[in-house]
Amino acid sequence: MKVDRIPFEIGKATPRADGSAKVSGKEKYAADYYEGDFLWAGVKRAGVPHATIKGIHTEAAEALPGVIAVLTWKDIPGENRLGIIRRNQPVLAETVVRHSGEAVALILAESRGALKGAIDSILLEYAPLPGVFSAQEALKESSPLVHEDNPEGNVIKAVSVETGACASAMGECDVVVGGVYETPVQEHAFLETEAGWAYRAENGACVIVASTQTPFRDCFEIAPVLGMDPGSIRVIAPYLGGAFGGKDGITVQCLLALALLHAGGRPVKIWWDREESFLAGVKRMNATMHYRLGAKQDGTFHALECRLYYDGGAYSPLGGEIMTLGAEHAGSAYRIPNVSVKGWALYTNNPVGGPFRGFGVPQVTAAMEQMVDMAARKLGMDPLSIRLQNVVRKGDRNCVGVILTHSTGAAECLETILGHPLWKTRDEWKKGAGLFKVRGVGLACMAHAMGYPPMVPDEARAKIELTAEGKIRVYAGVVDMGQGNASTYQQIAGHILVQDGPAMELVLPDTARTLPSGSSSASRTTYTYGNALIEAATDLKKAILKAASAQTGGTRPEEFVLVPDRVRHIPTGNEISLGELAGSMDGPARTATGYFRMPVTRERLDAIYMGPHLIFSYGAHLVYAEIDELTGQVEIARYLAITDAGKVMSPRVYEQQIEGATAMGIGYALTEDFKVANGSIVTQDLATYIIPTSMDIPRIESIPVEIAEETGPFGMKGAGEIGMSGPMPAIGNAICDACGIRILRAPFIGEAVHEALLSGNAEEADL
Amino acid sequence: MKIRFTLNGEAREMETDERRRVIDLLREDLTMTGTKEGCGTGECGACTILVNSESRLACLMVAPQLDGAEVMTIEGLARNGELHPLQKAFIEYGAIQCGFCTPGMVMASLDLLTRNPSPTEAEIREGISGNLCRCTGYQKIVEAVSAAASARKLGGRP
Repeated sequence: MKVDRIPFEIGKATPRADGSAKVSGKEKYAADYYEGDFLWAGVKRAGVPHATIKGIHTEAAEALPGVIAVLTWKDIPGENRLGIIRRNQPVLAETVVRHSGEAVALILAESRGALKGAIDSILLEYAPLPGVFSAQEALKESSPLVHEDNPEGNVIKAVSVETGACASAMGECDVVVGGVYETPVQEHAFLETEAGWAYRAENGACVIVASTQTPFRDCFEIAPVLGMDPGSIRVIAPYLGGAFGGKDGITVQCLLALALLHAGGRPVKIWWDREESFLAGVKRMNATMHYRLGAKQDGTFHALECRLYYDGGAYSPLGGEIMTLGAEHAGSAYRIPNVSVKGWALYTNNPVGGPFRGFGVPQVTAAMEQMVDMAARKLGMDPLSIRLQNVVRKGDRNCVGVILTHSTGAAECLETILGHPLWKTRDEWKKGAGLFKVRGVGLACMAHAMGYPPMVPDEARAKIELTAEGKIRVYAGVVDMGQGNASTYQQIAGHILVQDGPAMELVLPDTARTLPSGSSSASRTTYTYGNALIEAATDLKKAILKAASAQTGGTRPEEFVLVPDRVRHIPTGNEISLGELAGSMDGPARTATGYFRMPVTRERLDAIYMGPHLIFSYGAHLVYAEIDELTGQVEIARYLAITDAGKVMSPRVYEQQIEGATAMGIGYALTEDFKVANGSIVTQDLATYIIPTSMDIPRIESIPVEIAEETGPFGMKGAGEIGMSGPMPAIGNAICDACGIRILRAPFIGEAVHEALLSGNAEEADL
Repeated sequence: MKIRFTLNGEAREMETDERRRVIDLLREDLTMTGTKEGCGTGECGACTILVNSESRLACLMVAPQLDGAEVMTIEGLARNGELHPLQKAFIEYGAIQCGFCTPGMVMASLDLLTRNPSPTEAEIREGISGNLCRCTGYQKIVEAVSAAASARKLGGRP
């Protein structure tokens, strides 16, 4: 039979596996379950940032029609603690609340109406406690303690990195620039708010279908709370409606499991509304960063000194680790021989800080990349030359002293900008500004580490099967939160096994069916799981060809090739369908697994908490910005994003990642400011927390610098986060280029820019 | 109260509470979960549906407003298993990532193309500006809508 179907190819744009189901409304997300006689569950939240709980009065709520149960911490069968690094976050508050979004009581009800009525009827009796509302305050000896039992006071984590001799080196510099740079709290604002569905399996297991980036870790985090064995909890993660780090860890999962214990065998649904998502979800931590960068007269960076203060909020799901990654990237993508970085993540009574695309790096990159421009201006150099002069190249040491032995394409990214028409014609464009408009062009260069730090094994296990029906089924243990990694897995397996879309099936993460492969985070998914899948698919290919040879006695496996749906015997042209072949193989022979663990640095494991990273993606961004002198409004006219994320496996998915990250970064730079006043959230909805619309994002030109990373699957590296760090500094630099004004607090909302223009605050901070 | 309306070309009659939000009626009562809820307050556009061929937000409507109306949701766009050209363009141009905004975005785009079959890029951007997308940066969505428009394959369909 002639086969004219085209199998998947690496490097070619292929339609996403989820496209058809998503565009027709058929795809089922965690929020889309309404089956059978289910119950709604929801949470009464603290409403105050810091207080001792004197009473939780649930009687009125319990008496309401349609209310099934109201649970407090006393109803928790195991230990009332959640946490990844530190288990110190109560599932339901006991005697103290530490932030206004803290969960105090869990309600089960017949309808959402009854649920809301019950939540409103619960009375919380408090004795207010003084709060801590900024990182700087948290460090003061006299400040109240957020966690009385924390031996380090309000410090979640402190790190210190020293390379060379920073203090004396600073004195040797011809030019020193510096300033105190501040970045805002950012809200993930994924379209699908936190949601989940739980039911009892026939074997009694607790099954949770949740919008989560971490299904396997969730089982281990939930189990002790319920006093259960992790094996009796099954977490299924369908496609997520966005996450960006905000669903890295427990949101609704533990509450669902707890509710299920009281649901009398009925399924339970939890779906936070937008306001609750804003109130209770984790945030990108704000940071205050004291920077000093010193350079020699010829433009060579000589010394960098930073003190970084990250506001971790009331609990620390990875707050210390996020700040640490910031510290590791404090010098951006530059070779600086003398570096002193000190960082603190601190407990406050603000909303909980947590992972968000970039994981602590966008903050420091925003500060550092503006320092670079300040140094360039002071030295009379152009901002591209100074970057090219100092940027890390393969074999250099980065700012924490790690020798970069893997693909290092930062210089190539900058060189691509150097040769691009947008760079060459920038002056012409700037001159074309209309009345009351000024134009500026800004640059930024970025690095982003891939994967977990060395102390946390970054590993994945892939599984692939030739089904009894002759389809290739990929069991993906890593969540697809929208970034398209599941489609890329299909592409990898299809490429190796020479199959196309209709011949393939995907099993999304399910702790009962797929193998543990870590979280969907840290720009690691396709790199780590992809490598494991290459091994699994290659083994399955061997098994299939071996089975074909066995079935046609006397032939050798080498005489066969795979073609879509079939195996072909090259010498004779005879073909066997995969279905037929599957029938001749037993289950284990039709299944293959693969394992991969990301390489780590062998040296300097003590350089930074949990060890420094070895492999980085790089980027360079160029922005054209126009500022309205009457309103201060900043409009982005053009955007060029150059990225070194290794070889591009799936161009469309790659572009989506870069364009999406850049748009999110533009929002972070221009409008997104999650405001909290004395622990109370001021921006409670999407009307006051402004994320970019289609009118705010310009055409983004994305060019990959395709330097193969030898350890990557087909030469790729992570592309998920690198684009996030560029826009804020590039836009800050463009504003300065246009107006001569350096605004040290982001975002650059119109009012802030207008105020800076009016005050004539033209001088750059100088130390 | 009882309401009668046409849903994706099919006549419906339902007993419902007069305060029932249309989004709940669709998702929960009719289990048509293609229409998504992202904010519940009319800011994100995820729940966009067509009511009498005009885009409306299902989270801001109550059941009686559907009485006598012709309603189309994302589930009604494909015909005989064949995706609408606009849906195909969204797939082809990579305009979908997490996909949660997609149904609303497709419905808003359809409304735009019905009113303005040959929009400029600026008009497309304006036309979909009521629909938030946190994943794509909008570029591929704009390209998909533009391609669907220039292909002129809509063939008079709503």
